Amino acid sequence: MTELLALTLALPLLAGALFIVATASTRAALFGFFAFGLFLALAWVALDAVDVALTEAAIGGGATGLLLLRLNGRMRHPVSLGEPAGPRLKIAAGLLAALVTLALGALLLALPEPAPSLAAATVEPLPALGIGNPVTAVLIAYRALDTLLEIVVLLIAVVGLRALGTDRGWGGRPVPWPEGEPSPALVFLARLLIPAGLVFAVYLFWVGADAPGGKFQASTLVAALWLLAIMAGLAPAPCSGGRWTGRALAIGPLAFIVAGTIGIAAAGSFLAWPEPVAKPMIIAVELALAVSIVVALVLLVAGPPERETGR
Amino acid sequence: MSTTLFGLTGAALVGIGLFGLIVHPTALRKLLAFNLVGAGVFLVFGVLARRAAAAGLAGDPVPQAIVITGIVVAFAATALAATLLARLSGPEEEP
Repeated sequence: MTELLALTLALPLLAGALFIVATASTRAALFGFFAFGLFLALAWVALDAVDVALTEAAIGGGATGLLLLRLNGRMRHPVSLGEPAGPRLKIAAGLLAALVTLALGALLLALPEPAPSLAAATVEPLPALGIGNPVTAVLIAYRALDTLLEIVVLLIAVVGLRALGTDRGWGGRPVPWPEGEPSPALVFLARLLIPAGLVFAVYLFWVGADAPGGKFQASTLVAALWLLAIMAGLAPAPCSGGRWTGRALAIGPLAFIVAGTIGIAAAGSFLAWPEPVAKPMIIAVELALAVSIVVALVLLVAGPPERETGR
Repeated sequence: MSTTLFGLTGAALVGIGLFGLIVHPTALRKLLAFNLVGAGVFLVFGVLARRAAAAGLAGDPVPQAIVITGIVVAFAATALAATLLARLSGPEEEP
């Protein structure tokens, strides 16, 4: 039964990847990427990694696909990095790809049995943190430095994006999304989805402590809803030079660093959570992080500021 | 068995993505292919997490959490590359 399920998910993944690489139309490849992302998210569910599935569906497929689709629409001509590949290069690339696949596959089949695992070590200190979901605990407690640096990477990407904008648009809003009036159906959909989506985002944020979900998945959902509102003309895009945008971007990493420093004084090391107040501190830091992530994601998908004034 | 199947799928995705990355001349298609390679690597890592199921959990949470971080970092890199491409494709600046 599980083999059948795995097969029904693995085949569309392979077919989707082949389609994305082989199709002549870039637009078709982009829509293929959306479908591929959804099947990949289902594969993560089949691997019992629901937290990863939520992130993959939201960021890996959704946000990346949207970003590239928007890029494709905005590009005046395709940027070519070389000549179209000749038959020789194709054969060489095919051989190299086959070799890499075979080597990876052979390594996977030769893995040691039983597999080394940190699962037991992850579960043991959970009660002290007041968190029931081990993945959330790894993200916010055991490997908190990774999460801090992940937010910093998002910020660096936002800085890079601003630096790549035109001088004329410096500090302005991103290019307006649809050039014309948004369709009434889109506006209606946005009005319908946004309130329900916000409630679901709050639920995801809160339930992340004990079940699949968490600050990241919740903030992605809020960012997606904001983008939907921008597309429907119901909300403005964040003004990249605005005072609030900068503050919102900074609050997450700052709160994280402050909490980490408190950890030095109270628990003996940077980013250690002092036991009696671990849960409230974690929630406060996660809230601040969520604000920064939402603004960073919206800015990254919306693109660099290019006009003096938005709409 | 089914876990291994996903692992082999991940390995194949890496290969397909690598082929696209080399063969396609346009930058946007290279970016798409690069994301396929990333998806394959993450899937292989997810299979390692699933194999390490212990202590009543369905998988090792440490690789799972690192994959979540990885997906976000890949997105940030893709967004930056997309911005570069948008600038390369048409100079919006007036001389």
